Amino acid sequence: MYDFFIAPFVEFEFMRRALVGALALALGGAPMGVFLMLRRMSLTGDAMAHAILPGAALGFLVSGLDLFAMTFGGIIAGFTVALGAGLIARATELKEDASLAAFYLISLALGVLIVSLRGSNIDLLHVLFGTVLALDDATLILLAAIATITLFALALIWRPLVLECVDPNFLRSVSRSGAPTHLAFLALMVLNLIGGFHALGTLLAVGIMMLPAATARFWATDLTRMIVVAIAAAIASGIAGLLISYHTGAATGPAIILVAGALYAVSVVLGPVGGLKRRLVPARHLEA
Amino acid sequence: MLLRRILFAAAFALAMGILPATAQEKLPVVASFSIIGDFVKNVGGDRVAIDLLVGPEGDAHVYQPSPADAKRLAAAKVVFINGFKFEGWMDRLIKASGTKANIIVATKGITPREKADEDGKDAKKGHSHEHAGVDPHAWQSIANAKIYAANIRDALIAADPAGKDTYEKNTADYLTKLTALETEIKEGVAKIPAERRKIITTHDAFGYFGAAYGFQFIAPQGVSTESEASARDVAKIIRQIKAQKIPAIFVENISDPRLMQRIAEETSAKIGGKVYSDSLSPAGGPASTYIDMMRNNIRQFSAALTS
Repeated sequence: MYDFFIAPFVEFEFMRRALVGALALALGGAPMGVFLMLRRMSLTGDAMAHAILPGAALGFLVSGLDLFAMTFGGIIAGFTVALGAGLIARATELKEDASLAAFYLISLALGVLIVSLRGSNIDLLHVLFGTVLALDDATLILLAAIATITLFALALIWRPLVLECVDPNFLRSVSRSGAPTHLAFLALMVLNLIGGFHALGTLLAVGIMMLPAATARFWATDLTRMIVVAIAAAIASGIAGLLISYHTGAATGPAIILVAGALYAVSVVLGPVGGLKRRLVPARHLEA
Repeated sequence: MLLRRILFAAAFALAMGILPATAQEKLPVVASFSIIGDFVKNVGGDRVAIDLLVGPEGDAHVYQPSPADAKRLAAAKVVFINGFKFEGWMDRLIKASGTKANIIVATKGITPREKADEDGKDAKKGHSHEHAGVDPHAWQSIANAKIYAANIRDALIAADPAGKDTYEKNTADYLTKLTALETEIKEGVAKIPAERRKIITTHDAFGYFGAAYGFQFIAPQGVSTESEASARDVAKIIRQIKAQKIPAIFVENISDPRLMQRIAEETSAKIGGKVYSDSLSPAGGPASTYIDMMRNNIRQFSAALTS
């Protein structure tokens, strides 16, 4: 037991750092995932993750694999796309999902183009897949800061955010906080994606947000509990993924996400709230 | 009709523009990559006009030849290649260009080294590693560099007998310089304690160098640069560095620098500076000629190993 679970973290600092990084990602990302899911924006996260690529790539072009440049570039690009897609959806006939799709495809192509301007395919891989095993102090601080900001900001906009998830029209009739809340929420999403991008890369960053959220949906009906379950699932995926990668040699990022995926699959079948088993084999007390 | 004539004229103008202006007087030769190009320059001097297919900082392993390269080949009288399947794309390019040039394998007469360890390397660059286990980076030993120079001299004399004296004199001068360089490098190596002459490098280019000058180049176990590293791979390298007390890691830019930084911090091994193995640096860089390259490398190795 000790050898399997504890020894890797005791022996290797990079494992401890990866663990802390995964915890920070879980704390910030999982609640965001729950809200994204409840607002039916599950795929928005994916689109946005691609949207930050050209910004991060520009940062990479200017100063290599530099934390600050890539973060800054990614934030700018993410905000631009989020706002741009929203504006176009409001100002034209195009619906928000279509304009978001357009924006993110353009961003993705642009990002790949920019990376290949300077470097090889291998550089591109570094951008597409992060390095959860190579988190230095600065990256860890960034991840922790993003998690902290996310949790505080969510606490701050909790009520309007929940209202907007459930009944946006009602929120509009009683308060004008709808638009700022939405913007703050988008900003938080971009921040979390950037954090995930450093650890897991653009492709997998969304995984640690959405999969635990989808898992939690099967275990809780109440929002607070759902978020707690999501965070727990994300943390468990992080730890299990790291250990699996350590013991079997599987690539670390995908291992983490696949554990989250496995939790999701189990929940789909066994989850007490709307899971398959519950639907097919109703529990006894419902019969009485 | 008119359109076709314009196209012809344009193509002609293009072809003329690409050929070097001096090609008429000088012997047009092509070298496959920058290091061979430097040898040819030293031997051929002013009598040859050299075209490189893979320029400085280019990776000849994974080079994608362009139509312009085929054109250069077609125009050349002599083509110098490294052989040992270093330029995996060369055979096809030569066939495609229909060149009548003499193809000279500059490593003729060099005994190839077996590749130290095949594991994880074929995966690393999925390209021309049908290498059949032969390490193509023969120029990393100065003794071999002398053979390159002699081969190039003979080929140039055969193609341009009028320049025989020049080529022979140039080669003799260059060989003297290479001998001096060899002494210099051996002195540099002698200053490094024998038990510290161990380096982990992701690149498998220093086999000849290690054999000639007594370095141990150790490939990190199980790390392939094209796939994502797993926690187990990283743990293995860290254990290996600690167990074998390897003082320095040299990484080519092909591997993730962030990961190497982490490994170095965790093992207190030093990360070495930039060494050149497969290509020279552009003019003005630290390794713009073969001699500068070897000097640069030994300087970087000593700096990381002695401190």
